[in-house]
Amino acid sequence: MAQPLIKKDDDRDDESEYSPFLGIEKGAVLQEARVFNDPQLDPRRCSQVITKLLYLLNQGESFTKVEATEVFFSVTKLFQSKDNGLRRMVYLMIKELSPSADEVIIVTSSLMKDMNSKTDMYRANAIRVLCRITDGTLLTQIERYLKQAIVDKNPVVASAALVSGIHLLQTNPEIVKRWSNEVQEAVQSRAALVQFHALALLHQIRQNDRLAVSKLVSNLTRGTVRSPLAQCLLIRFISQVIQESGSTQTGDRPFYDYLEACLRHKAEMVIFEAARAITELSGVTSRELTPAITVLQLFLSSSKPVLRFAAVRTLNKVAMMHPMAVTNCNIDMESLISDQNRSIATLAITTLLKTGNESSVDRLMKQITNFMSDIADEFKIVVVDAIRSLCLKFPLKYRSLMNFLSNILREEGGFDYKKAIVDSIVILIRDIPDAKESGLLHLCEFIEDCEFTYLSTQGPKTADPSKYIRYIYNRVILENATVRASAVSTLAKFGAMVDSLKPRIFILLRRCLFDSDDEVRDRATLYLNTLGGDGGVVETDEDAKEFLFGSLDVPLSNLETSLKNYEPSEEPFDINSVPKEVKSQPLAEKKATNKKHPGLDTPLAAASTGVDAYEKLLSSISEFSSFGKLFKSSAPVELTEAETEYAVNVVKHVYDGHVVFQYNCTNTIPEQLLEDVTVTVDASEAEEFAEIASKPLRSLPYDTPGHTFVAFQKPEGVPAVGKFSNNLRFIVKEVDPSTGEVIEEDGMEEDYQLEDVDVVAADYMLKVGVSNFRNAWDSIGDDFEKVDEYGLGPRENLTEAVNAVISLLGMQPCEGTDVVPSNSRSHTCLLSGVFIGNVKVLVRLQFGLDSNREVAMKLAVRSEDDAVSDTIHEIVASG
Amino acid sequence: MASFSVYRDSCPLVKNILLLDSEGKRVAVKYYSDEWSTNAAKLAYEKSVFTKTQKTNARTEAEITMFDNNIVIYKFIQDLHFFVTGGDDENELILDAVLQGFFDAVTLLLRNKVDKSEALENLDLILLCLDEIVDRGMILETDGNVIANKVATSSVDPAAPLSEQVILNFE
Repeated sequence: MAQPLIKKDDDRDDESEYSPFLGIEKGAVLQEARVFNDPQLDPRRCSQVITKLLYLLNQGESFTKVEATEVFFSVTKLFQSKDNGLRRMVYLMIKELSPSADEVIIVTSSLMKDMNSKTDMYRANAIRVLCRITDGTLLTQIERYLKQAIVDKNPVVASAALVSGIHLLQTNPEIVKRWSNEVQEAVQSRAALVQFHALALLHQIRQNDRLAVSKLVSNLTRGTVRSPLAQCLLIRFISQVIQESGSTQTGDRPFYDYLEACLRHKAEMVIFEAARAITELSGVTSRELTPAITVLQLFLSSSKPVLRFAAVRTLNKVAMMHPMAVTNCNIDMESLISDQNRSIATLAITTLLKTGNESSVDRLMKQITNFMSDIADEFKIVVVDAIRSLCLKFPLKYRSLMNFLSNILREEGGFDYKKAIVDSIVILIRDIPDAKESGLLHLCEFIEDCEFTYLSTQGPKTADPSKYIRYIYNRVILENATVRASAVSTLAKFGAMVDSLKPRIFILLRRCLFDSDDEVRDRATLYLNTLGGDGGVVETDEDAKEFLFGSLDVPLSNLETSLKNYEPSEEPFDINSVPKEVKSQPLAEKKATNKKHPGLDTPLAAASTGVDAYEKLLSSISEFSSFGKLFKSSAPVELTEAETEYAVNVVKHVYDGHVVFQYNCTNTIPEQLLEDVTVTVDASEAEEFAEIASKPLRSLPYDTPGHTFVAFQKPEGVPAVGKFSNNLRFIVKEVDPSTGEVIEEDGMEEDYQLEDVDVVAADYMLKVGVSNFRNAWDSIGDDFEKVDEYGLGPRENLTEAVNAVISLLGMQPCEGTDVVPSNSRSHTCLLSGVFIGNVKVLVRLQFGLDSNREVAMKLAVRSEDDAVSDTIHEIVASG
Repeated sequence: MASFSVYRDSCPLVKNILLLDSEGKRVAVKYYSDEWSTNAAKLAYEKSVFTKTQKTNARTEAEITMFDNNIVIYKFIQDLHFFVTGGDDENELILDAVLQGFFDAVTLLLRNKVDKSEALENLDLILLCLDEIVDRGMILETDGNVIANKVATSSVDPAAPLSEQVILNFE
């Protein structure tokens, strides 16, 4: 394909450029399309008109419904012509027009005729067109031909049928699944691409059957794979199989060996696919990595940019998890820093930042600075992230890295990019004490409302807080109302925490009283009053401090609801009456709407509106009134499969010395009325619990939910756990569904097995968030701090480990720390909650992932009670 | 096309193939993903692809870049710019093979005279070529010779030599 490159043609004179479509106009072309209706068809002319129509569509022109229908009908006339070329254009045109169902019928018979034509080209294309425009009903008519086509001798025909099958599998899976035998046969085809398409389809048909996939894959590794594309596909299937079977296999590893053998394939596409698959295996050892890294290293010096890019991008990813494995490539990487392709250069530099040592940092930074302006924002973010992790790795280098960050902060860039920089600086300020002062100054110069909170929490603790005030007050003068308001709060915090600055702050705050915005004025007034308006250098009293800057210990949404419900009266609003439980209502509602039975939705949603409703309901039942204050009610747990005759879920109500199960039952059979509904509970696997009362449900008519209760006594204040097996008992009576009248008076006694319910440690924990974990942590103190370390065994990633511990403890994640950034090797998660007995508990979890994907966890608990701190550790130790 | 993401993990997929001129205007484009649902979105994508790659030299070897979570592989010849887009976890070399197949097939079909005016004169061949390479995102064929042959055998008159078939007579 030697292409003589005569001259660069970009600067050719546009005037002389001739286009066959110059001055083309839709109306005129639609007029021209009338030649399709001529009794004597001129194929060449018809082809030209179709090309013009396709040109218009390709340029983004659209046809109205009427125009499209008209063109479609006249195009169908062209099936009369025997001209091959024209037929191809007709096929293309029909696909572009994507006709409606009633229009499809017009061409069906013509296309079905072509599907059985002797001309291969007709068969292949008719299949693709028909499958593109058909719906399910037509598909059953042509299914027979499609099955034949899959095993057609002509590879183009077979591929057309197989690829169409892949698309149809999304809409009509049950039909396509019937073709497995033919597809299986096509996998053995000698035609390279037929095998590729057949393999893709067969895998999709079987993808939910792990065993079948594993068998398919292992057969193919022993057979012949005829095209690089099919080989790539096979490599993907193999890594899926390895992933699913777990990384614990020992000894004989045929699949890994196959991947390694693919590294010696002749097609670069396959070598790369295999190398990438090996690097992405979970729990890959450095010995397994080495051959893959070696081939990628060779690609780094390829003359093809695509190959260099692919290799450096993969190595960059490897460097995150296994920096040591990539260090061998450092010399090749360094030469890529000056690569003409900026994407490659950026990836090379960021890889080096991850693998390099402290001494090379300054040199690399200089090189990055040179080309930062040339690269896209996406890549700039990659660089910023790399620099942040580098800075955390080599804290001594913070000065040059911080300078770099502040320089790029001043340059042009999109919001995401700037945000990444600011976030990085904030993280550095937090984690590297030396960097605090210079980082804050950099931020001051580029201040926006988003940084204010941070400045306000960190600013007063620095050596010379006064120098930041100027920057903040400048905001008060210059910015919009939202920023002004937050600037006022920030100033007040300075004032509250640094007594010597108070007089100066007061002057500034007083000026804010004349602001044009309500919120700004309100805040200024509030702060002036609470801080003691005399303006002297006095110590701020603790209450005011707590009021202004302490964390509000109730969820804001709950406070809002309570305030709305509060009716003005003599009695002042009591903040302690606001429920502290963070509502999981959106979740419960989502569950409820997924239900098949419409009758179940409303009461469930209503019932889940929180502790209030439950408390009211329970206190109305005399048996339970002596139990004291309700501590917590769980979310409903389903005890039946969806769409069974009787739908039952259970809510666990926890009291200090009792647990009540509330079974919400729904009868979904219109012909039945249930009476004397009870749940018999076997608590033999819950030793510390003793059943003391049960409250049956008199009658349960169709589609009207009702509840029955069982109460247990348990040791006071102890988080006892156990498993309970449940049996629904009732008397069933037949009714006439139209009138609801009972037909036979003597009912039948029946039993209905329900799922087990567990009472777990998390049931004794209220999810109560704190808005500022640090403050809460400091204020609770380390009197009852308990720290211990745990090994959590091998895990897929940190997210999995974090979620497991959170759900085990049933606590509220704070400050978004339940989200683990992808590929993190370590993570800190902050949890808060209230344990039974109203004991506040805070937990700090530090997770780390080692090279074998073993997760280690350090658990620090602070609470108001020694025993509770111990209990938290016991829960984790036994979970 | 709505199901584009369903079989994403296993099968290599092409999101679009673009053939633009030296000013970034469309010669022929084909989108296989509904990521760009309106014509305006498509034009905006073409504009950003074009501007981001304009200054690079992609004349001897195909070049590559990445943006908006997509990989774009491209190659220029005369006043034509060829692009293939795939997802960011796609094997770059597979996309490269698609681009090369398209490029080779067009070169063959245009009889080595690869420029914008020739491409527009033979737009039907270019469109058929796109149709033979990828079907709704699934790669049909990557060998330029095979693709060109599939397109050529269906030309107006199979008996006539290729050079005569391809010259369309536009009024």
